[in-house]
Amino acid sequence: MSAFSAINDEEQEIDQDTFTPGIEPQATWCPGCGDFGVLKALKQAMPEVGRTPDETMLVTGIGCSGKLNSYFDCYGYHSIHGRSLPIARAAKLANPGLEVIAAGGDGDGYGIGGNHFMHTARENHDITYIVFNNEIFGLTKGQTSPTSPKGHKSKTQPSGSAKDPVRPLTLSLASGASYVARTAAVNPRQAKEVLKEAIEHDGFAHVDFLTQCPTWNKDAKEYVPYTDIQDDDEFDFDITDRREAADAMYEAESRLWEGEVLTGRFYHDTERPSYAEEKRSIGEAPEDSLAERYFDDDAEWGKSVEEIRQHHT
Amino acid sequence: MTQDTIAWRVSGGSGDGIDSTSRNYAKALMRSGLNIYTHRHYPSRIRGGHTYVEIRAGDEPVQSRGAGFDFLLCLGDSFARSEQEGAIYGNEELKPLTEQFDELHEGGIIVYDTGQFDEDDIAETELEERAEENNWHVYPVDLRGIAQEHGRAVMRNTAGLGVTAALLDQDVDMIEELIEENMSGDMRDANLEVLHSAYERALEFDESHDLVAPEGSHDEEHALLTGSDGIAYGALDAGCRFISGYPMTPWTDVFRIMSQKLPKYGGIAEQVEDEIASATLALGASHAGVKAMSGSAGGGFALMTEALGLAEMTETPVVYVEAMRAGPSTGLPTKTEQGDLEHVLYSSQGDSCRVVFAPANAEEAYEQSRQAFELAYDYHLPALVVYDQKLEGELRSVPVSHFDQEPAPDLGSTLTEEELRDAAHDASGKFERFQHSVEGAKEGVSPRSIPGQKGGRFLASGNESAPTGHISEDPVNRKNQMDRRLRKLTAIRGELDDGETNQTTAGPEDAEYGILTWGSTQDTVLEAVDQLNEEGHSVKAMGVSDLMPYPEAEVTEFLESVEECLVVEMNASAQFRGLTQKELGRFGDKMSSLLKYNGEPFRHNEIVEAFKDSIDGGQPAAQNVKFVPAAGD
Repeated sequence: MSAFSAINDEEQEIDQDTFTPGIEPQATWCPGCGDFGVLKALKQAMPEVGRTPDETMLVTGIGCSGKLNSYFDCYGYHSIHGRSLPIARAAKLANPGLEVIAAGGDGDGYGIGGNHFMHTARENHDITYIVFNNEIFGLTKGQTSPTSPKGHKSKTQPSGSAKDPVRPLTLSLASGASYVARTAAVNPRQAKEVLKEAIEHDGFAHVDFLTQCPTWNKDAKEYVPYTDIQDDDEFDFDITDRREAADAMYEAESRLWEGEVLTGRFYHDTERPSYAEEKRSIGEAPEDSLAERYFDDDAEWGKSVEEIRQHHT
Repeated sequence: MTQDTIAWRVSGGSGDGIDSTSRNYAKALMRSGLNIYTHRHYPSRIRGGHTYVEIRAGDEPVQSRGAGFDFLLCLGDSFARSEQEGAIYGNEELKPLTEQFDELHEGGIIVYDTGQFDEDDIAETELEERAEENNWHVYPVDLRGIAQEHGRAVMRNTAGLGVTAALLDQDVDMIEELIEENMSGDMRDANLEVLHSAYERALEFDESHDLVAPEGSHDEEHALLTGSDGIAYGALDAGCRFISGYPMTPWTDVFRIMSQKLPKYGGIAEQVEDEIASATLALGASHAGVKAMSGSAGGGFALMTEALGLAEMTETPVVYVEAMRAGPSTGLPTKTEQGDLEHVLYSSQGDSCRVVFAPANAEEAYEQSRQAFELAYDYHLPALVVYDQKLEGELRSVPVSHFDQEPAPDLGSTLTEEELRDAAHDASGKFERFQHSVEGAKEGVSPRSIPGQKGGRFLASGNESAPTGHISEDPVNRKNQMDRRLRKLTAIRGELDDGETNQTTAGPEDAEYGILTWGSTQDTVLEAVDQLNEEGHSVKAMGVSDLMPYPEAEVTEFLESVEECLVVEMNASAQFRGLTQKELGRFGDKMSSLLKYNGEPFRHNEIVEAFKDSIDGGQPAAQNVKFVPAAGD
């Protein structure tokens, strides 16, 4: 029997409450926080994907978004600011059967973890990455973040930010992500569908998840109303075409700065092989799960003395 | 002249094949039954510049490079002589020759390439006068010409080996054999022609020297390995199947070896965007159930320290390698130092809960790398293997039988799904991964589950957590968890004390004086202690490998037994002596330090001389070492 029998186990019942911890710690998010929207959408998406908590691993950074791990029941790794992606990448490489989801905030994902974001997208690891984007540092009490609008005033930018915010969608596409979407906490139906698609996608799926911060970012109210880019005749573009997607992203990001919110799927490449597949195809990754091998009594373990005889004597 | 050991040095420019040439020759000497030690000197640049490799060979085991050398094969700096580059490197043209003069023994041999050096330039070096003064035997040979005649100019290093074999009365077949093994096709044929032609030509010399290679006699099969090889092979045999890294000298060596070997063993190697990623990838792989390692040199390790703390808090097993070079900051990129000791012991926030080993040589590197994996996975903490540029580059001959050990792919304190069924879970079905104590488990250890196992889900958090893994700021829980994590170190110390010791001792038990050292300096100290005792002094030595948890009992016993103790290490602030005083809380008045931090490792004769100076209460005569505190303080 497999040492990881939870993986692909069809017997376990999966319903709306499957990912809700039996003893739910009291949420420490503020009333009205957009993070509740991410949690809810994720809890709804997972059963539809057909994954169980025991075969799912959620890696978070720190800050408000990091607390997702306390309210979502599965294998969790609550790591450090900006580092969820490298941890998630390696876990997926070690055991490809796991459903690996990484999550973090906009400071976490586009600031301190920006380098990992670029390279994870570039390598197209088969993981889902949810960025809680509320355009503010929340848990450290309201400082300007990489997505805060230009001119945004905060305790650390008293004269208003002189910086243009980052363009997460454009950055993601340019770096090589094979699925890029933006959704919003105030749009639960779309959010669930987008997360489901992202999780099912074979490759790096990046979801920029707009969340409101009612405490530190009053502008968050501007996330309503939003427009679904797929439902709008003005934006008739092919989401499998990089150039058309790039134009749509650029437009959506510019309009967000002006207060208009465009969400939906922006790019979906189903052709590009995931990183693990690429690695396997050149013989640099095993076909089977590395993790499984340690529990397999029949596994063969090479002995280095043969190598030493061959190359060093 | 017969001698116990011979030290042969090949010098030239970086990129001239100095490394491969010396490796071949070292192997040939080893196969002839000799014990080998090599020292590599190279500048921080890709091509050009003065570089050399020294091979010391002897019938008895050789533990260090010794003092000075006997035979110089000077290939010259090809890059310096290129017309295009001449302007830049011209002033370094003669370095491969002149830089060697100070250390060449009296009666030594010099072979230089007349195809590379201009006779007028040679005259400027006053080679003739100096040779006369020191009774050197100089053999100018047109190595470049021979190489070009049968192949290409670059093969002049092969010509140099042919001349060496002839001058040292060696069988040229042993070099021929290695060329045949390592090359193929036209390249091999051309090199063989160059080798034989040079050998024949050198046989015609009217030899004036009486230096010959010593006779070797070991009957066991030996392998030529660096400290990096030791660490990498130890990791492989410990069941390590994942490595992540970012290149940085001298860590790159372990990373390179593992990257080349791992796919063959069914593992995965990842070169990633930075050391932060590299350190955290290893945690992700380990958490998901694979034995994983990462590492860097001091500068990169600085970036890895947040992951080190995360590993301690989440109790994620991992092995990190720290390859020291001279610091601070980028320091001397290709020079050695033992200056990162405090960095590896205490970096990252909070109280350190890690294992740190500093192996002394390739054999210890293999053993302690295996041990690092074993302890990391049994006790769920990061284990570090610390070594330095010296150990990274030095080739040693080691009996192959030493490495003939069974692989140990055990994941340590990890539960199976059957065991998980009986383990503690909270009311919501979450596995209590971080219980304050678990019956039957190793002291302080709360066994883990692996993602994907049924009934094992838990949260690993960088925040302090309750037994389920959920974040907790409860003061009682906090104290219990901290105590439990620290109890592991006590248990590990006990386990290490019960096993075969990692500390190496030498010299008479009842010796009056002691020399204490750590890591790669150990074997040089051992050679110095041998010599001191032969000269009638009463000295013993201890080389310490366990840095955390510290081998309190062993070092206490050692220090109690001596009148005075010299602590020898390669840094400027006596970090290991400081550690010893901190851990033992006494012996402050018994210990003084001999320090070297100019980028070069100690030579055994420097330690011999300094020891004599120190017992006389004087100052070290050598300029490049110092005593702390100075005598009389």
